[in-house]
Amino acid sequence: MREIPTNPDNLIAGETGDWEIVMGLEIHAQVSSNAKLFSGASTEFGADPNSQVSFVDAGLPGMLPTINERCVEQAVRTGMGLNAEINLYSVFDRKNYFYPDLPQGYQISQFKQPIVGRGMVTIELSDGTTKEIGVERLHLEQDAGKSLHDQHPSQTYVDLNRCGVALMEIVSDPDMRSAEEASAYVEKVQRIVRYVGSCDGVMAEGSLRADVNVSVRRPGGELGTRCEIKNVNSMRFIRQAIEHEARRQIEILEDGGKIDQETRLYDPNKGVTRSMRSKEEAHDYRYFPDPDLLPLEMEQEWVDAIRASLPELPDVKKARFMADFGLSEYDARTLVSDRESADYYEAVASGRDAKLSANWVTTDLFGYLNRTGINIAESPIRAEQLGQLIDRIVDKTISGRIAKEVFEVMCETHQDPDAIIAEKGLKQVTDEGAITAVVDQVIAENPEKVADVQGGKEKLLGWFTGQVMKLSGGKANPQAVNKILREKILGD
Amino acid sequence: MTANSELTGLTLAQARDALAKGDTTSVELTGAYIDAIATARSLNAFVTETPEKAMEMAKASDARRASGTVGAMEGLPLGIKDLFCTKDVLSTASSHILDGFQPPYESTVTQNLWNAGAVMLGKLNMDEFAMGSSNETSYYGPVANPWRPEGDNRTFVPGGSSGGSASSVAAEIVVAATGTDTGGSIRQPASFTGIVGAKPTYGRCSRFGVVAFASSLDQAGPMTRTVQDAAIMMGSMVGFDPMDSTSVDMPVPDFESALTGDIRGLKIGIPAEYRIDGMPAEIEKLWQQGEAWLRDAGAEIVPISLPHTKYALPAYYIVAPAEASSNLARYDGMRFGLRVDGQDLTETYEKTRAEGFGAEVQRRIMIGTYVLSAGYYDAYYLKAQKVRTLIGQDFEQAFGQVDAILTPTAPSAAFAAGEKSGDPIAMYLNDVFTVPASMAGLPGMSVPAGLSDSGMPLGLQVLAPAFDEMTMFRVGGVLESAAAFSARPNKWWLA
Repeated sequence: MREIPTNPDNLIAGETGDWEIVMGLEIHAQVSSNAKLFSGASTEFGADPNSQVSFVDAGLPGMLPTINERCVEQAVRTGMGLNAEINLYSVFDRKNYFYPDLPQGYQISQFKQPIVGRGMVTIELSDGTTKEIGVERLHLEQDAGKSLHDQHPSQTYVDLNRCGVALMEIVSDPDMRSAEEASAYVEKVQRIVRYVGSCDGVMAEGSLRADVNVSVRRPGGELGTRCEIKNVNSMRFIRQAIEHEARRQIEILEDGGKIDQETRLYDPNKGVTRSMRSKEEAHDYRYFPDPDLLPLEMEQEWVDAIRASLPELPDVKKARFMADFGLSEYDARTLVSDRESADYYEAVASGRDAKLSANWVTTDLFGYLNRTGINIAESPIRAEQLGQLIDRIVDKTISGRIAKEVFEVMCETHQDPDAIIAEKGLKQVTDEGAITAVVDQVIAENPEKVADVQGGKEKLLGWFTGQVMKLSGGKANPQAVNKILREKILGD
Repeated sequence: MTANSELTGLTLAQARDALAKGDTTSVELTGAYIDAIATARSLNAFVTETPEKAMEMAKASDARRASGTVGAMEGLPLGIKDLFCTKDVLSTASSHILDGFQPPYESTVTQNLWNAGAVMLGKLNMDEFAMGSSNETSYYGPVANPWRPEGDNRTFVPGGSSGGSASSVAAEIVVAATGTDTGGSIRQPASFTGIVGAKPTYGRCSRFGVVAFASSLDQAGPMTRTVQDAAIMMGSMVGFDPMDSTSVDMPVPDFESALTGDIRGLKIGIPAEYRIDGMPAEIEKLWQQGEAWLRDAGAEIVPISLPHTKYALPAYYIVAPAEASSNLARYDGMRFGLRVDGQDLTETYEKTRAEGFGAEVQRRIMIGTYVLSAGYYDAYYLKAQKVRTLIGQDFEQAFGQVDAILTPTAPSAAFAAGEKSGDPIAMYLNDVFTVPASMAGLPGMSVPAGLSDSGMPLGLQVLAPAFDEMTMFRVGGVLESAAAFSARPNKWWLA
């Protein structure tokens, strides 16, 4: 285990002193592929129960697994995204246990020789710092089916649609020390699999789920006994489950008890974890190499071709955005959170002011999308349209304030900014004659305030500016208004 | 019309030629076999007879022939070991746990045979899940060997696990049969019943649709009356199958053309380690006779050593049960076959498997589960795999010196029913000469070579390098000619 210096901010104060949480995660990511790992059955989500089950998936006698090359490629892509070693030789093993949603009586997995070895993921924390989390391995395995306990008062139904779907199990080192770090790690892995296109990462549909191994210890001390919390399926639940589990363990230890190594389930309704099975009840899975499958051997050229086809990964993209566009770490991080956002930003910023573009994308556009719950892919405003809007600010056709108005209209009508500016007559007035006329009118109507300004209350000039802007319908160029006001009142 | 017994007396090659010449039809031939099967039910060779299907297939075959399409197995009526899944036909592996199971698919090997024009007479009895060497573990009862020693009225075992296949071929109630061989299940029963049984190299025959016993060892093969028949039939069974990851994509030679009768200059190895303690003198004598026949035919006899032979059987009885314990986990009463309901899920599993599996299958599941368990894996399973590697290396070295190897097929002739069924170790010893080649994945065949002192058939085994079935058949053919084995069982079941 890598030594990680204790961060005092992560410590939890107990009755008897401080405690540190130590966590490692196993993430199960469902491979994006049309067919299952070892059968030709479809993997589409949401089909009728047992409508996507081949004879292989159903474990019928004499049926044999044959590997889906696409799933192997996806595991390799993911391994590259995790900066990990790709093992050209790996072996599929059988993990044996009985359950009705596991028709073969064993899960085909990889035990001793996984397809992907050691890697490293950089996570980003809210205080702007980053931390490296070690990845122990990634292996390919079959998912099990689903037991449905709510379809009949006394019987359990089994849906085998998911049975045999390819999963990537990504095992981290025990490098995480807080709930925030754990969820940042899951977010990062989610981002990576989405970037490389190996998993859609939708936790709500179960295509990305995490088992969290939690233990507590005195800061920097001997490792404590860990408990595994199974199948936590949202970022919020991950944080809640960890916090609850850490408190539970600390209470036991401070009361002089000891932690039993066990598997626990998180109950999001009650916010607690419950024991599922103890170490003594743990299965003996009797792993052994699956004799139906030859070892998986990949050619270096095949792997190299996959590497060449990888998209730019989020960390590299972020660094480039900071270096090439001069963006802050925060803006760059926000923009690379997914590939579509980053691509959108690059389209907007192309040939334009990079920082101004970043502000419009991260503040206005993302703000609107977040408020309305719309995905960037379905944004009502296309990147070229947002670019045109920024162009109109830069060429002084409209002011920044008017631009916000135009933006709102764009969200509603999906029109081009130029069309909206023309239709609503929002073009900025820079003609001094027209502005002077309005200024004269305001001065004539407010002689006392003019006297106040001339008597030294220069702050009141802002009030005059506001009046002129109001009368011009916001179209007057604010700089021009100011200049003329100063001339007329103060004789500047 | 030809007399039934004349038709069923034809070898596969003879029947093929008779059909080609128009001396008979598949319908006539198939009808003769259906009649013969009906007279031999006391052998208990069949689990399921499919006479209607057979006649349909025979008619279709005659129609194909009339239109000029003739496959390599055109019109030839076969028995199929019940380990092969056959579409919409009961397929039980002779186990209670597969009660009523009619697969919605066809095994690749049987499909290949049907594609070559063959006709299915029915499904043949076997040891349950192919676990056994005497065909006494079948849920459908033991199979009788058509052979009995002179003046002995006891029933003798046909060997196993392909006992129904061996018995039906020897009794001439099928022209030939499919078998499967995991540790000797084709070769040992062939030896016990005076027929030819050939196991190709592991990977030649697809395992798709064959109920799995031990996946890394299971291999289908033909059980026939002659070496030529075996060569013809094997040619129609093998071939690359993308549905089986362990299937080998290699060209399939014309096995029949291997039967040149000429083995001059071939080097035949005689492994010292196969001369085991307590081997009956009649086996030793037959082996030496075989050596002499091959020498007389112009081969050079070379003493060789396969030093790890004595570890093969114990290692096999770790590897095969380990794989079986996992392969048989799918028989849980949930989706097909037998279910015995209990109070809850665990009890349903327990009751289903306790009732559905026979004693020998349970024994092997227990052994397999044990050797894969935490703390025992390294000492048993891993060690056995290492032994397996060494056995393969033994053969590799040997085949650096020789072209084929000659050994006895089994350490004894067929024994009487019940004689060994109470002693699993004595039973397992039946496979002592067949298991090493299985562990190494090599092709091997048993050729009937003589009679024991009590008048029971004995076979000799020819082993060849991987994917060199041609040499195996070539040597087997010469052995067959030299032995000129012409004895036939006296058909006591007709009485």
